Amino acid sequence: MRNPQLNAGGELQHLLTLEGLPPEVIGRILDTAVPFVSIAEREVKKVPLLRGKTVFNLFFENSTRTRTTFEIAAKRLSADVINLNIGVPSTSKGETLLDTIDNLVAMNADMFIVRHAQSGAPHLIAQHLSATNKADIHVVNAGDGRHGHPTQGLLDLFTIRHYKREFRELTVAVVGDVLHSRVARSLIHGLTTMGTAEVRAIGPKTLLPTAVECLGVRVFHDMREGIAGCDVVVMLRLQSERMKGALLPSSGEYFKHYGLTLEKLKLAKSDAIVMHPGPMNRGVEIDSAVADGSHSVILPQVTFGIAVRMAVMSILAGS
Amino acid sequence: MNTLPDAERLLSALADKMRGAIAFDAKLVGIYSGGAWLAERLAQMIPGEHPVGYIDVSFYRDDYAERGLRPNPATTSLPFEVRSSRIILIDDVLYTGRSVRAAVNELFDYGRPQAIELAVLIDRGGRELPIEAAYVGARLAVARDASIVLQRRDDGTLALSLERAGDAGA
Repeated sequence: MRNPQLNAGGELQHLLTLEGLPPEVIGRILDTAVPFVSIAEREVKKVPLLRGKTVFNLFFENSTRTRTTFEIAAKRLSADVINLNIGVPSTSKGETLLDTIDNLVAMNADMFIVRHAQSGAPHLIAQHLSATNKADIHVVNAGDGRHGHPTQGLLDLFTIRHYKREFRELTVAVVGDVLHSRVARSLIHGLTTMGTAEVRAIGPKTLLPTAVECLGVRVFHDMREGIAGCDVVVMLRLQSERMKGALLPSSGEYFKHYGLTLEKLKLAKSDAIVMHPGPMNRGVEIDSAVADGSHSVILPQVTFGIAVRMAVMSILAGS
Repeated sequence: MNTLPDAERLLSALADKMRGAIAFDAKLVGIYSGGAWLAERLAQMIPGEHPVGYIDVSFYRDDYAERGLRPNPATTSLPFEVRSSRIILIDDVLYTGRSVRAAVNELFDYGRPQAIELAVLIDRGGRELPIEAAYVGARLAVARDASIVLQRRDDGTLALSLERAGDAGA
């Protein structure tokens, strides 16, 4: 079966997940993002690639950073952007997801940026567009359930490559709440596809998915042991709002064992970089001294995120 | 078969035409990749202070809707104020004029230049837009389906080759 994200010519048609995406496709997105970074420094922060195109930001789940960076990215490509925050009130009127899509297609949408609490929702939309002969409309997954957040994974890869160059020589640790984190899944798939020497998952048993080793990671329950010798440390947000039941004794206890402090960071390589997808819980998964310290590249991640999203949208719209 | 003139000789001819004719503070902006190599060389051959910039027109091309984004676009780098500058845009081959149109549009997104002139190594005719070069190394007629490709050898010297049915250049 063909990868549903690629068209017959092997070009990217939708971006739904990093899992199974060929390394050349990921590499092309990262390469294309490089010249987009400098557009933010010009007098006119726009290029005309998506002029006349209409991009719908369909957010069925709350988001500030992701929605804003997608909006900025689309606007810097000269697209018209419509933001729809579809919360509980409108779905309670009874309209199904696919009816919503059909209505927006009737408004001549060219691209959907979709965030949804249900894993697979963007894939469902892409399938529906193919089935209704609207395959020229592109879908970008902006986070679906616990499944994936491919543009976040790509911007993490871009950030790592920007500071560290060769994936084949790197040891990368992903620390914390991997269980609830679509960011972690996308990043792990991306890192293994790009041939990263070693990817580590560090966290308590209750916050690592069962059989997480199947993703190609080395598992550590002791943070000091896991972080030792790492080039890159990716801290995950403790997603307390998604936790049902007693997974953790307390956030203070969590910080003691898995919070990143300067003292624990000393165990990583001396030039290690620290990343976090945001929003941060200071004093829970990361200490302020680290978040604001010299190893932190958390704010450059946000800047690079715009360039990476511009690259994704301009590759999709041209395919 | 290669009946093309020597690129180094054309470069000297182009530099001769620009010497004394371009403003003493003109900035040289080369269009990737051939124009970028030419801009570097011309900056050394022409007296005066001529800072060099580079432009990649991938994000401004008019064939994006038909052909999509080209792989591996380079980063446009203009290490000077474009606003109120005199700019010499440099390309290897002038054909349809579409790359130059894209480059002019991109330059204006950095600021309003005082003037833009065009210098090319080869003018092969076939224009589809009202664009002309102020400085030309040589005028050449080649078959419509052929592309003239500028290459840089390991020692930094330039050479021309002809590619059939290719679609580079334009």
